[in-house]
Amino acid sequence: MKKEKEETEELEETEQEITEKDEKREVVVPGEVIATGKDFLPGEGTRKEGEEIIASKFGLLEKTDRLVKVIPLSGAYIPRAGNTVIGQIVDVSFNGWMIDVLAAHQAFLPVMECFGYINKKDLTEVYTFNDLIVTKVRAVKPRSVELTMKEKGLRKLEGGMLVKINPTRVPRIIGRAGSMVKTIKDETRCNIIVGQNGLVWIRSDENDVEKEITAKKAIELIVQKPFHEGLTEKVKEFLQEEIKKLNKQ
Amino acid sequence: MTKEEKHKRPDGRDIEELRKIEAKVGIIKNADGSALFSFGGSTAIAAVYGPRTLHPQHLQNPETGILRCYYDMTPFSVSERKRPGPNRRSAEISYVTMKALEPVLQIENFANTVVDCYIMIIQADASTRCAGINAASLALANAGVPMKELVAAVSIGKTGDKIVVDLSKEEEDFTIIKDGKEIKAATDIPFAILSKSERISLLQLDGKINPEDLKEAITLAKRACKKIAEIQKKTLKKIKEE
Repeated sequence: MKKEKEETEELEETEQEITEKDEKREVVVPGEVIATGKDFLPGEGTRKEGEEIIASKFGLLEKTDRLVKVIPLSGAYIPRAGNTVIGQIVDVSFNGWMIDVLAAHQAFLPVMECFGYINKKDLTEVYTFNDLIVTKVRAVKPRSVELTMKEKGLRKLEGGMLVKINPTRVPRIIGRAGSMVKTIKDETRCNIIVGQNGLVWIRSDENDVEKEITAKKAIELIVQKPFHEGLTEKVKEFLQEEIKKLNKQ
Repeated sequence: MTKEEKHKRPDGRDIEELRKIEAKVGIIKNADGSALFSFGGSTAIAAVYGPRTLHPQHLQNPETGILRCYYDMTPFSVSERKRPGPNRRSAEISYVTMKALEPVLQIENFANTVVDCYIMIIQADASTRCAGINAASLALANAGVPMKELVAAVSIGKTGDKIVVDLSKEEEDFTIIKDGKEIKAATDIPFAILSKSERISLLQLDGKINPEDLKEAITLAKRACKKIAEIQKKTLKKIKEE
């Protein structure tokens, strides 16, 4: 059990972090000119028209040196190579599994991308319909997403509960260098895995459903108030109060 | 213009004055993006889902993602109950809305997928399709769909021989009495423009107008659309203050 926990922590470090204070960043809308001149390079969520760089998404503006990009504030999940996601098995074929990762297309996990010996005659022995797995996006192709399980911490998820949030709020849930999710983990003593596609898996180490619900409430609180300052502290207070209530009962 | 002439519109508005505009985003929790937009008594809500895989498969376009629009009025939105479900009018408006929004979308990278946009009129008082397009434009931006720019729409028209902006139902039904007969003398032009490039993406005409007046109407509409685009921008930016 302990080993498992270490693995999941390692997972989060590789994920997207909040680099700057969001409060300072500007909100831009599609069609807005965000930079002019040849000194800037158009990044994600932007396009170039003559000398102007124009936002093509609704989100927060981020300028790093010369690169200008827009980080979306809302919307559906768009898969990217290297994302750790949580998916559900929707189909089992002869050479792999079709997995729903809440993206525009279904993702495919080939047998080749799994660890260990697999009996090819019956793939349902490994993962079967409706199983939840934590997996990594290996490649994104024009009309398919390919997954892999060949990495530390990627596994089938058993028990626990699943919370669906907006994928753009995921960096908030993780917090700077994983600080937010660590707070929730420590206070509720739950094992939490945050998928970049907006699925969050929670399981209490003590098999206590009440604590899982508390963790879920904390996550919903973060999603509702993403722009609050000192959110980590607030969540900590909230969790401590909730845990106190639980202990009294 | 004298004061008397100015107040000739039924609700006392100036010829270039828009009705009270209300706009909100993120009103429907389960949608990927949603918005409300109202012109006085005309209120539209829009919900956007996707990009998601398109079914049935034969409708899929392997070259690009597609946009589907559904426009409908709630039965209680008009004074006489509207029979629920699609009809000829709503099919036409769905189509022109789709054509008005399509040029701004950048969904070429989402082959075989669809972006669904559902527009519901919850209260109707003329120019509902314009309110619908404005709401849909906000909802698409709110859904994080890549877009070149926003779309702003307004209805422009003629009541008698006056060109006015943002017609109300009363103005749309404007009639004059000629030779003892009551004849319709109102012209309604739904108009949509892309916020940055100022290209026209919707222009319909219901009634009669001569070319000179149409040109003037378009300049007025462009000015009104700029105001609407500003409101759309402000609405989207408000998200941070909440």
